[in-house]
Amino acid sequence: MKADEPAEKITQRILTAFFAAGLALVLAMAVTDLPEGVGLSGDAQESLKQSGVENSVTAVLLNFRGYDTLLEICVLLLSVLGVMTLTNGRIRRPEYSIDPLLHVLARVLVPLMVLVSGYLLYEGSYAPGGAFQAGAVLGSAIVLSRLAGLAAVEKFNRAFLVAAMLGFAVFLIIAVIPLAYGRNFIEYPPEYAGILIFTIEASLTISIAIILYSLFSGGSAIPSRSHPGGRKN
Amino acid sequence: MQEIITTAPWGALMVVIPLAAAAASYLFPWRSALMAASAIAFPAAFYSLALLARDVWVSGAVRYRIGGWGSPLGIDLFADGLSILMLFMTIVVVMAASIYSSFYFSGDVERKRSFWPLWMFLWAGLNGVFLSGDVFNLYVTLEVMVIASVALISLKGGREALLSGMRYFLVSVLGSLSYLMGVAMLYGSYGILDIGALGRTIGPDPAAQIAIVLIVTGLLAKTALFPLHFWLPKAHASAPVPVSAALSALVVKAPFYIILRLWTDVFSHDIISHAGLMLGVLGSVAIIWGGVMALRQTRLKMLVAYSTVSQIGYLFLFFPMAGSSDAFLGCVYQALSHGLAKASMFLAAGNLIKALGSDLIEDLRGLRQRLNISTFAFGLAGISLMGLPPGAGFIAKWQLLKASIETGQWWWAIIIVAGGLLAAGYLFPVLRNIISQSQDPVECAKVPFGMEAAAIVLAVLSLVLGIAAAVPLSLFRTALL
Amino acid sequence: MTQEIIYSIGGVLLFCIGLYGLIACEHLFRKILSFNIMGGGVFLFLVSIALNGDNTPDPVPHAMVLTGIVVTVSATAFALALLRRINSGTGAETLGRLEQDASDLDG
Repeated sequence: MKADEPAEKITQRILTAFFAAGLALVLAMAVTDLPEGVGLSGDAQESLKQSGVENSVTAVLLNFRGYDTLLEICVLLLSVLGVMTLTNGRIRRPEYSIDPLLHVLARVLVPLMVLVSGYLLYEGSYAPGGAFQAGAVLGSAIVLSRLAGLAAVEKFNRAFLVAAMLGFAVFLIIAVIPLAYGRNFIEYPPEYAGILIFTIEASLTISIAIILYSLFSGGSAIPSRSHPGGRKN
Repeated sequence: MQEIITTAPWGALMVVIPLAAAAASYLFPWRSALMAASAIAFPAAFYSLALLARDVWVSGAVRYRIGGWGSPLGIDLFADGLSILMLFMTIVVVMAASIYSSFYFSGDVERKRSFWPLWMFLWAGLNGVFLSGDVFNLYVTLEVMVIASVALISLKGGREALLSGMRYFLVSVLGSLSYLMGVAMLYGSYGILDIGALGRTIGPDPAAQIAIVLIVTGLLAKTALFPLHFWLPKAHASAPVPVSAALSALVVKAPFYIILRLWTDVFSHDIISHAGLMLGVLGSVAIIWGGVMALRQTRLKMLVAYSTVSQIGYLFLFFPMAGSSDAFLGCVYQALSHGLAKASMFLAAGNLIKALGSDLIEDLRGLRQRLNISTFAFGLAGISLMGLPPGAGFIAKWQLLKASIETGQWWWAIIIVAGGLLAAGYLFPVLRNIISQSQDPVECAKVPFGMEAAAIVLAVLSLVLGIAAAVPLSLFRTALL
Repeated sequence: MTQEIIYSIGGVLLFCIGLYGLIACEHLFRKILSFNIMGGGVFLFLVSIALNGDNTPDPVPHAMVLTGIVVTVSATAFALALLRRINSGTGAETLGRLEQDASDLDG
């Protein structure tokens, strides 16, 4: 049984390769004759004026299809919850010695990254940018400062949990409030739409940064096999 | 189909309530806060569901425009009789399993802390799937459901749970991406994401046909139809007991619901010919294969999990007989009755295993008299799964049998009967072992009453659903026409 | 026109390469990488259909891609943590054969 396993595996790989190649061929043929000019860009442009923002992608993300974005934040939170479950809520301090050069670089870069993040957030209303980009930059600033030894959080403490949840909670509350005024779910009044979207985006930026940092450091909290003393299964 | 646009937020609340409960249980993980959150969330959700059901009863189908934009630009929630019944099954199973979980995780502070938010997100994801009227939104809701499920499976920690969680995750991601590629193809061809609008515009284009193949295949992997079922038995058997119940009863039904929804509303027969027959054949193989494998199991939870593989097969007998309304009713009733019965069976099995400290079917002989309620629940759920009257499973299988005779496809009838016999074949030995007297009864651990009550309530409901089949059946008809 | 098709076909190819990797590679890390490649393919394809001739680019596929990326990042992070946990607990790097780990279901 063991002896012919490689042969079996090679056959399996060849079959998979044929399957993937065949699928690629069929898909490629299908995509070459997709019609032109279909899509929702016309509808999006028309409704853009009532959306509260000038950038159409931000309008789709946080207004027209804000429900998808709300659920997508759930997915982010779920992954943090999953990682927390796997690590029992621990964050591990880096065990390597910190490079002095990295330390110096981080001291210059981190403030700059925070600034860029703020700019991306602000700019998102009328140009490509927004909460996700800003959150990613802010998150990497935190990761960098941790790698350089500037900051280290030992455990997922309550402040941490609240910060990770902040964006979702704010979004959910703002999404539900219109119901009290006889409007639909996530239906912002046009005159307040701009400020409401900005509020959501600002809180999302913080949460996304914290979540990305938690994913980074939570993942490394699981001891690898070379470090004994990991949780017994 | 008769359809109205509503501004009543009952559908949206069905998603908002679990989300709020998830956020609350995440921020305030104390016992009193959790009790308060569920004491508000479940009645509120029941209330919303009742009002949503009333709207559907009156108007046929309701559409709710999120953000007021409406399709094609915005996302619509869509509810008809089918959605209502799925939502009803979800809330009942989630509630019973929640009661069960409050005892199951009682001593385990670490796990309890992450269990409740994950659990509530899972509920939100399920409700989101059953209410979505938008193919891309379905992708996002499916992801919410899957990541919550995998995290819940891995909550238990052991090697088996982690590996089978990973296997389920990978199959699921493959399915999601295949689905998403199909959605992208549809958008590229028609520029629409709304299910109703897609149904009106779609034509027999090559791109649409490929999109359908990608979408259906991706969903089949998630719903574990033979031969894509390989991940299911272990993932379901190695999860914590209430999670197993939710996975088998609800999580595999969500992708099936999407296939059914798209099949009836979007994919018309001239786009895909013979695909229905193929799904029917795969379903038949699943019924027999799952049954035979269940017969061979030595461990209780694995047996119950293989029975899910078999019972999922029945759902797919709808597709070759898609024109018949009896087939539709049978298939939906099968989803509903299997949901209640299987959840009950997993909970009951969990109680037996807890009392015994072993999950070998062989060891059940030692168990006597201590767990009358769980034994009774297991038996009642078994009646429904075997398709015996008065269980709800009987109505389901009867409708499918009727459809197969009506449409002249009598060969499906043989499969249905054979599947029932197989179910009897793998369930009777278990029941015999539970009931039979052993020379040396072993010392049993105590099982809290709440855990037994959760199992029996679901089992009784699956029976009630069989006896009072008229109400749900007439609600289905609104989904049909 | 041709530009769109190049990107579309590129997306499709990435999707299929990722599909091959996800099925054929044994090591779990490779599988995780593969589904990211698959996802990249879908996103490239979506961006290419947003190009849409001479009109302004369609924002809906862009938003879909952003949502998809966030979902994929979350899924990847969780999968990597799961992989590390599997590896630290059991030393396993692959899923192994289904039959082989049939005996150790823990209570």
